[in-house]
Amino acid sequence: MSLMAELNGKALRLGVPLSAHLDLTYRCNERCEHCYLDHEDHGEMTTSEIEDLLRQFADAGVFFLTLSGGEPLIRRDCFEIIEFARSLRFNVKLKTNAILIREREALRLRELGVEQVQISVYSHRPEVHDAITKIAGSLERTLAAIRFLRSQDLRVTIANVLMRGNRAHSAGVQALARELGAHYTLDPTITPMMDGNTSVLRLRADASDISSYFHNPDLVGDVESFCAPPVTVDNEVLEALPCSAGHTSCYVSPYGDVYPCVQFPLTCGNVRRERFLEIWRNSPQLAEVRSIRLKNLTTCSSCTHAGSCTRCPGLAYMEGNMRGPSTADCEKSFLRTGIVTAGMRARKSTPLAGLGLVQIQSVPSLAS
Amino acid sequence: MSEKYIARAKAVAARVLGGEMMIMSASNSTLFSLSDVATVIWEAADGRTSLSEIVAVRVCTEFDVQQDVAYRDAELLVEELAMRGILRVSSQPVLDPEPAAPGDR
Repeated sequence: MSLMAELNGKALRLGVPLSAHLDLTYRCNERCEHCYLDHEDHGEMTTSEIEDLLRQFADAGVFFLTLSGGEPLIRRDCFEIIEFARSLRFNVKLKTNAILIREREALRLRELGVEQVQISVYSHRPEVHDAITKIAGSLERTLAAIRFLRSQDLRVTIANVLMRGNRAHSAGVQALARELGAHYTLDPTITPMMDGNTSVLRLRADASDISSYFHNPDLVGDVESFCAPPVTVDNEVLEALPCSAGHTSCYVSPYGDVYPCVQFPLTCGNVRRERFLEIWRNSPQLAEVRSIRLKNLTTCSSCTHAGSCTRCPGLAYMEGNMRGPSTADCEKSFLRTGIVTAGMRARKSTPLAGLGLVQIQSVPSLAS
Repeated sequence: MSEKYIARAKAVAARVLGGEMMIMSASNSTLFSLSDVATVIWEAADGRTSLSEIVAVRVCTEFDVQQDVAYRDAELLVEELAMRGILRVSSQPVLDPEPAAPGDR
């Protein structure tokens, strides 16, 4: 077992929130067409409120701290907050579009010991990236920032969201990442807006694009393993937790609302009214999330994919039932393996019609 | 015996989890777990206190160990931690040590 797995196991046993994701603001200097946030300031936490929360995080045992937004660097106190977080010895990861990062900011991030900077890049072609961010010149500024960061030996991850509008560009962005010495990740997940509005889902890449991604060794590594048939569902699988959300990780919004995860908009409390640890330990909502094992899932517990599906409880919650299936993850499981999921059967959709597939391999019998 | 001074490296994250000190180096994203003795030494590594004093005042008072044995082990330990980039070792006091985190002993 790796030390990281041991660490996670220990945090789970002790009930420690090992990882916290804090959005400093929902304001942003880009207007990405797929973004799940509104960009108004509805009363963000002040610098001192955030510093108090960081102290509470440290006392609670949080080790991995992700600072994000919106665009976190749009806050004038962002570096002050990072400096304070580092003084509390968090492992800090910054998620940003980087267009406010120049040489001086890159140097400061290195001096502060930020472990990783994750930056969204949608295409290697400016006209495509800028059309998604709706900011002319944004790709050029982002790439310049990545070069500044890399010149400081900072670890950079380029996050590439796969959508209809950039589906042909993943190889180009991956090549760009290689050239810049950055890590590369591709994610086909488009999340409904936090208010439940699903209009952004129209931007999702279609099934054939996602399938191509899943079967591309440059993107997933060992395709045979990645797309292997589901593992046998036994008692150990059924007793497993759906994911770390609310167990060893949590999310706090710029307004102090505590959620199990950034993708799981179940309000569990607010740090402006209660201490973080009170919420973490005593929130009925978190207790409910923690009570769920795979065997308790209404449809997924009987699914052949139960042991290998990437089912997101937050996406399921946004579909109306945190114990139900997540349509997007059913689709992913199907596209990886070619085997229909229980969720798809429950929706009585034929895979080809439901997913809008044009052409895909035949579906093997579930009995085989 | 030449004196050694040790200081925590700046680009590391640290947290005690269930009594065990976890350290992660930002420079290579490597995670370490420190033993009880290593934790005491790492927490005392303020750049100003010599290693021999740390061993005498902290290690030997908290653990049942002879001072000469403890010092030899501590020397090996700090060399290893320095090699992994999570501790700085100097023959002089370190002038720009990492400030102690709030709540540190």
